Amino acid sequence: MERIDTKHLLGLENISKSDIEKIIDVGFTFREVLDRPIKKVPVLNGKNIVNLFFENSTRTKISFELAEKRLSADVTNFSASFSSVQKGESLKDTIQNIHVMKMDCVVMRHPVPGSCLQLTNYVDVPIINAGDGSHEHPTQALLDMMSIKEKFGKIKGLKIGIVGDILHSRVALSNIFGLIKLGAKVKLCAPPHLLQRNIEHLGVSVTHDVDELIEWADAINVLRIQRERMGLGLIPSIREYRTFFGITNERIKKHKKEIVLMHPGPINRGVEIDSEIVDSDQTIILDQVLNGVAVRMSVLYLLLGSKDFE
Amino acid sequence: MGKIKIRLLDEAEISKVILRLSHEIIENQKDLDSIAIIGIRTRGEIIARRIIDNIQSHYNKKIDFGILDVTFYRDDFSKNLGSPKVGPSDITFDINNKNIILIDDVLYTGRTIRAAMDELFSFGRPSSIKLGVLVDRGHRELPIKADFIGKNFPTSDNEHIHVLVEEVDDKNEVNLVEY
Repeated sequence: MERIDTKHLLGLENISKSDIEKIIDVGFTFREVLDRPIKKVPVLNGKNIVNLFFENSTRTKISFELAEKRLSADVTNFSASFSSVQKGESLKDTIQNIHVMKMDCVVMRHPVPGSCLQLTNYVDVPIINAGDGSHEHPTQALLDMMSIKEKFGKIKGLKIGIVGDILHSRVALSNIFGLIKLGAKVKLCAPPHLLQRNIEHLGVSVTHDVDELIEWADAINVLRIQRERMGLGLIPSIREYRTFFGITNERIKKHKKEIVLMHPGPINRGVEIDSEIVDSDQTIILDQVLNGVAVRMSVLYLLLGSKDFE
Repeated sequence: MGKIKIRLLDEAEISKVILRLSHEIIENQKDLDSIAIIGIRTRGEIIARRIIDNIQSHYNKKIDFGILDVTFYRDDFSKNLGSPKVGPSDITFDINNKNIILIDDVLYTGRTIRAAMDELFSFGRPSSIKLGVLVDRGHRELPIKADFIGKNFPTSDNEHIHVLVEEVDDKNEVNLVEY
């Protein structure tokens, strides 16, 4: 039976290489399920999963919900904006109330880093981190790695670049942990103040020149410029960012090389990446979205389906 | 692991049994164009391939072939039954209106076959499903029976039938194993 060692998926920092590889491999099995006329399997029949979203999300939430439904689980959705959280209820009380209703798994997005880890103190069911502040977003990194593996047939030895606001990006951090564990080389590109100090300790290299990154990389993950974190004086202007860090038509043409471009979405066309490039066959952005459903099915199956809870 | 009590079939006998199964499947079907053979992963798949090869060489007829992995459809998947690694199913033809022959190595409780039938319906609506197995060892827990049986080997509860195939196990034999 397929099993993984970890009980929760809180991040990729603290799970083993073999767990990550297994999640990606089983993800490809679920990709096949998504190609069938009836895209549903009964593995999680009778399991209740609650999606707790304390922060806005469109694709991650839809992706998790689709994954859960295609595994035949029963799904309960919770959005902070329509809940008692607005009335001042604490996270602990919200969770304990939901837990006492006998949920089998919690998927949570929360703006505070470490909130999923804190949750493990209150409930004993598997917890899946769907993004905790600027800390980790493990399922996004898993789907990115699955897409890389689909495209290149391997991950080990590949040169993967990440460009954008690394400092505030949970996608970047999870990708770094995962890619390094699987033996890829990772280079980060960002303005110096949008990069953690001493991040080289994680085993990555750093540049501030996006042309150097394009020249070096087999694939680049282009991060979204988070407008909601703007207005803090971090970037002088969107135009200046595009000039120095944008994946523009001119840049890509200039380098004349095959490069695979990824983006976790939502895309700001014309800011971090040009519209024409988004629609070109150099990107695997839509494959990432499809793989996202498959890899989340894999995570849910491996955490819930193939384990016994006595 | 249990210990091998007796060898039930050797390599030559297995070939003969599979050849007979191949002929029986053809004999039974009026419209050869409508049949498709689907093997259940892992060893059912390999036996199904051998049947396909036999039909190809004796009747010069190419038959649609597919693979089913029933892991996600099992009713007992949460118990550790030592199921093999999960892999994707691979059915590239349209199963609607086909006469499907499901192939597995050993027919035991019937639960794998139930799972396989459930899964097949997520690909479409075949006009019929028949079942072929290399060995029927008894102990059914569901109302399922095979249409094509290679060998009947009645067993007791603490015995298991192990079908070994060259492609996976480096040798071809069928053993009765005691636990």
